[in-house]
Amino acid sequence: MFACIHSSTGVSLTEFAYGFSPVVEEVGKGTVVIDVEGCELLFGSSYQLANEVVQRAETAVNVALAANPDAAIHAATHLKGITFVSPGEELTCLGNFPLDHLNYSLVNVEQKVAAEILETLRLWGIRTFADFATLPVKGVSERLGQEGIKLQQLAAGKTERHLQVKQPAPVFANSIELDHALTELEPLSFIFARLLHQLCAALNAYALATNELSVSMQLENRTVHERKLSLPHPMRDHKVFLKLLLLDTEMHPPAAGVKSISIACEPVKPRVLQNGLFVPLAPAPDKLELTLARLAKLVGEQNVGSPELLDTHRPDAFSMKRFSLVNKPDVCKRRKSDQQQLPPANGPCLGFRHYRPPLKAIVEANQGWPTQISAWGKQRSVYGKVVALAGPWRTTGEWWRDDRWARDEWDVTLERQGHQTLYRIYRELNRENWFVEGIYD
Amino acid sequence: MKAAVSKAEIEADIASRFGDAFKVHEKAIVETLSTGVDEIDVLTGGLPRGSISEIFGPASSGRTSFMYSMLAYATTHEETCALVDTNDVFAPSAATATGMDFKRLLWIRCAGNLEHAFKAADLLLHAGGFGLVILDLGDVPGKEARRIISSWWYRFRRTVEDRPTVLTVISEEACTRSCAAVTLELNGTAEWSRGNLLRHNAIRVNRQRPMSPWRNEGHFMSAAF
Repeated sequence: MFACIHSSTGVSLTEFAYGFSPVVEEVGKGTVVIDVEGCELLFGSSYQLANEVVQRAETAVNVALAANPDAAIHAATHLKGITFVSPGEELTCLGNFPLDHLNYSLVNVEQKVAAEILETLRLWGIRTFADFATLPVKGVSERLGQEGIKLQQLAAGKTERHLQVKQPAPVFANSIELDHALTELEPLSFIFARLLHQLCAALNAYALATNELSVSMQLENRTVHERKLSLPHPMRDHKVFLKLLLLDTEMHPPAAGVKSISIACEPVKPRVLQNGLFVPLAPAPDKLELTLARLAKLVGEQNVGSPELLDTHRPDAFSMKRFSLVNKPDVCKRRKSDQQQLPPANGPCLGFRHYRPPLKAIVEANQGWPTQISAWGKQRSVYGKVVALAGPWRTTGEWWRDDRWARDEWDVTLERQGHQTLYRIYRELNRENWFVEGIYD
Repeated sequence: MKAAVSKAEIEADIASRFGDAFKVHEKAIVETLSTGVDEIDVLTGGLPRGSISEIFGPASSGRTSFMYSMLAYATTHEETCALVDTNDVFAPSAATATGMDFKRLLWIRCAGNLEHAFKAADLLLHAGGFGLVILDLGDVPGKEARRIISSWWYRFRRTVEDRPTVLTVISEEACTRSCAAVTLELNGTAEWSRGNLLRHNAIRVNRQRPMSPWRNEGHFMSAAF
């Protein structure tokens, strides 16, 4: 048995309907259908339930009870007060309704098709639900198709369907308020573990994962410490989250004791990946994330990642990008890379080791070109007599900026203790300073 | 006969207490990863997976060129690679000429901190899944490299043993001692083109340690490319 509650004021009745049954379908604004099967123990008979609904409602509502939800909806929408439609006698109640009252969206018939069918019926002289319901089914099927049959069953109050139950929106957030402020990481880790465990259980229940965790901590000094962990792939392993969160908190500790913690996540669909049989193994995404976090803690976030060349002619211009696994091999690109990878006829590409920062050098260049070089740094020293050289090559750029460059580059071979070493040196044109940029290797 | 029985009994007794700890394991067939340089592949058969390979030589001997070739080959063949750059000397602008796919390269810059470099390499090896991990000690002076305690190398060898990872150490002087499965010594000389422009190094390679001890071949071989 189904009960439809309708309010002509258009007030949302969903929350109100949950007071009577957990199985609620929201049909539209001001109209809900509930399944009242099994509610007898709480509210008595169906008529008593309908009375209870009318008494509890803050606004005037129509209530209709019927064996199928669509008949209940039609009755509640167009009949005032309480209506009880006995099973098998739907036409007795709904038969006099004009065809304009037929709610075709309940049986998923498009508006255009429904309008055509209703126009045809009008031309045939069919005016009410009862007229339409008594037409022979075979004839309706031949002339109006399957949509016609659906509408006829709707008019006869004989449709069969399940309620499209409206689920309350899940909340993927947890928070906790502490009696005493926490200043150390270890006790915090227990709180994190508890919150993350609950969060991942909720994600698991909905078969979801997350790729972004937001952590907000209310501190003793009345400030809020907020952190956001972005993951390249959706995950829902609370152990991984806990380790990542602890590493992040170690790297970015809160400024004062923590009084309350709230963790929220953005739910997304979990990652589904089919690996190729002959594709080389790659690091597991969760292990890789942990490793990257540990590496970032060890050497600094700015020192871990993939290099990316910048669109400029400035020497040694690059940026560090977050490293993430490449899922799908780009066949075209690979072919192109293979072609590029082929070494030239005279050997492989020349390697270069770039000194960062460049070594400031003292260069003897009495004849216009370098003859003797000496440079000392903390980690390395370069000195010796120039036995071969090439250059200079002048490069300048970005003259409109403060950090513009203008320099003459030389490739030189230095001889020291019988061993020859190849360096790239340059002279800044504006300051006349010499530097050793790196070594060919 | 009695002695043989006693030995079997002792082995059975040990096996019941320590499992197969004393069993001699058969070495599996060694899978290799190409270096991207045909001449060296012919010489070594490629770099063995699950082992340490050492490439050493003085400055300007072609170590970095060789490293670029390895990385270019591995990254363009869908291997995930990592470079532990002890002295922060990797030059992406020079490496891009080899066709290297930077998206598959994890670059860790250690700013001259040797301890950080070793810890980073250890983390990468334990993470697993990397096809090629390069530990670049090329700018670490030979004296310091020789002072690296052996336990690090034994630890690395044990870690990569059962993984499809090639751990390559690039240094100025040989420092991995007996832990490396392949040791290559590079000796490069400069060659200049007619236009007085530096073109490339001619590199000579000496192979010092055979990959498979049962192979009947000399310990020292050389190739030029």
